[in-house]
Amino acid sequence: MDIVDQSIHELHQTLKSREVSSVEATKALLARIENLEPQIGSFITVTPEQALADAAAADKRIAAGQMDLLTGIPVALKDIFLTEGIRTTCGSRILSNFVPPYSATAWDKLKERGMVLLGKLNQDEFAMGSSNESSAFGMARNPWDTSCIPGGSSGGSATAIAARQATVTLGTDTGGSIRQPASHCGCVGLKPTYGRVSRYGVIAYASSLDQVGPLTRDVTDSAIMLGALAGHDPKDSTSVNIPVPDYTAALTGNIAGLRIGLPKEYFIAGLDPDVQHSMDAAIATLRGLGAEFVDISLPNTDYAVATYYLIATAEASSNLARYDGVRFGHRAEASEGLLEMYTKSRSQGFGAEVKRRIMLGTYALSSGYYDAYYVKAQKVRTLIMQDFIRAFEGVDVILTPVAPTPAFKIGEKVADPLQMYLSDIFTIPVNLAGTCALSVPAGFSASGLPIGLQLIGKPFGEETILRAAHAFEQATEWHTRKAVI
Amino acid sequence: MKISVADVEHVARLARLELSEEEKNLFAGQMGAILGYVEKLKELDTEGILPTSHAVPMENSFREDATCPSIGIEKALANAPDRVESFYRVPKVIE
Repeated sequence: MDIVDQSIHELHQTLKSREVSSVEATKALLARIENLEPQIGSFITVTPEQALADAAAADKRIAAGQMDLLTGIPVALKDIFLTEGIRTTCGSRILSNFVPPYSATAWDKLKERGMVLLGKLNQDEFAMGSSNESSAFGMARNPWDTSCIPGGSSGGSATAIAARQATVTLGTDTGGSIRQPASHCGCVGLKPTYGRVSRYGVIAYASSLDQVGPLTRDVTDSAIMLGALAGHDPKDSTSVNIPVPDYTAALTGNIAGLRIGLPKEYFIAGLDPDVQHSMDAAIATLRGLGAEFVDISLPNTDYAVATYYLIATAEASSNLARYDGVRFGHRAEASEGLLEMYTKSRSQGFGAEVKRRIMLGTYALSSGYYDAYYVKAQKVRTLIMQDFIRAFEGVDVILTPVAPTPAFKIGEKVADPLQMYLSDIFTIPVNLAGTCALSVPAGFSASGLPIGLQLIGKPFGEETILRAAHAFEQATEWHTRKAVI
Repeated sequence: MKISVADVEHVARLARLELSEEEKNLFAGQMGAILGYVEKLKELDTEGILPTSHAVPMENSFREDATCPSIGIEKALANAPDRVESFYRVPKVIE
């Protein structure tokens, strides 16, 4: 198998056997990056010198017999992760020249394991979007059909996997931003439980919803990456202090007796026929593997998008107040007075979607509206969490589609933000509930676009959803198909 | 839900944003539509329901009140748009 097609665990064997060096693997991926970027647009910053230096260092460790599963494996990070000394933009003009003085804990952990940094990946600006169309650095295009969006906000994280420009990538997920692009691009995307992975050094969008997670070629890789990323971080006061299990040990292949809930609110009439077909086929496959299906209800599902677009925008308006031109980022020239500097710097530096969400959030928090909007949304959030708690009393995992349709065409939803927001309906509730979920490839549309299946687990129940996803993956061939590019 | 251009200007001022006339009209329409949509939360009876601000049960996370190394002035000021010695220089603050 070509090096660029190999998963982490496959490339690990290849490196271990000295068939190929990390430098060679890295060069092969850098070549694909250079060749394909004009068509795909996965990267905002490519770091070839850094990559080759990392790879050479990894090869030394390998030669000295000091390698583990991740040593020498090339990775790329969504441009939301601070990387010390390497430009980090978060997809925004306001940070187009920002060079962080420290790194995200997530990157520090992977770097320490000897991973090789290929570069920083394209994304919707400040993680606000579902299509990668709001990046200040150009489109990322779906490798399965370049007239289609790859999904967002972690668009580049998914396209780099599908186009075989990186072995593994990191993204973030606030309302579906790992799972939805993974679904649209035919790879595995995992959103861990809130607090499982440190958010230190991850540029904040909505602090009670943001989570870090891997996008990978298969479920085994996802389990390997979660093990490397998870754990308490004293620098993130929202990270939880509970042990990290060996997630790969959970991949037993056995799901006999696993109780899978099917929430009626997610399997609505009017679901895209290709998506419905893939779900039906997946349910049959899982039943064949011994899983039992239970009809459940998550009655407050219909209120999730409204709840999210009040809470997330409110938190974003607060988090993005720091971009004022004082200490870093874009500063407008020739301002008369501080207020003008703030206003001009922000207005020049932020794109339309970011401004829209800041405005919505500011409105929801403003005097006279705070109780009616923000507090009300927080109360509905409690109801949504209770829906999941109740459901998990009777089932082990919940199965749903990831997106109502396969990837839509570039430009199709740009004019109507509300339509764009409504397409996040299946992924948003998981972030509100704070629990874990993943997207795993489950089929293709008639026109050849990938369709993913979502498995939702109990808080800190990643082992169960990984086990279920792995068993399903091994019984199907969806994950072996490659985009022709 | 009707959001006026005056509403948009008020919120923009709070958010330290300035918008063109075109943007103000566009946002008035879009915000109106989105806020109209979120009105559906009024359908729910949330009497007696506590608001959730944290998804996962969490207590205050404290550390010892002891000094530890910081990143230092050079790193801290490395991205300064306008730096003077160990200060960020900004336009006049007080009228």
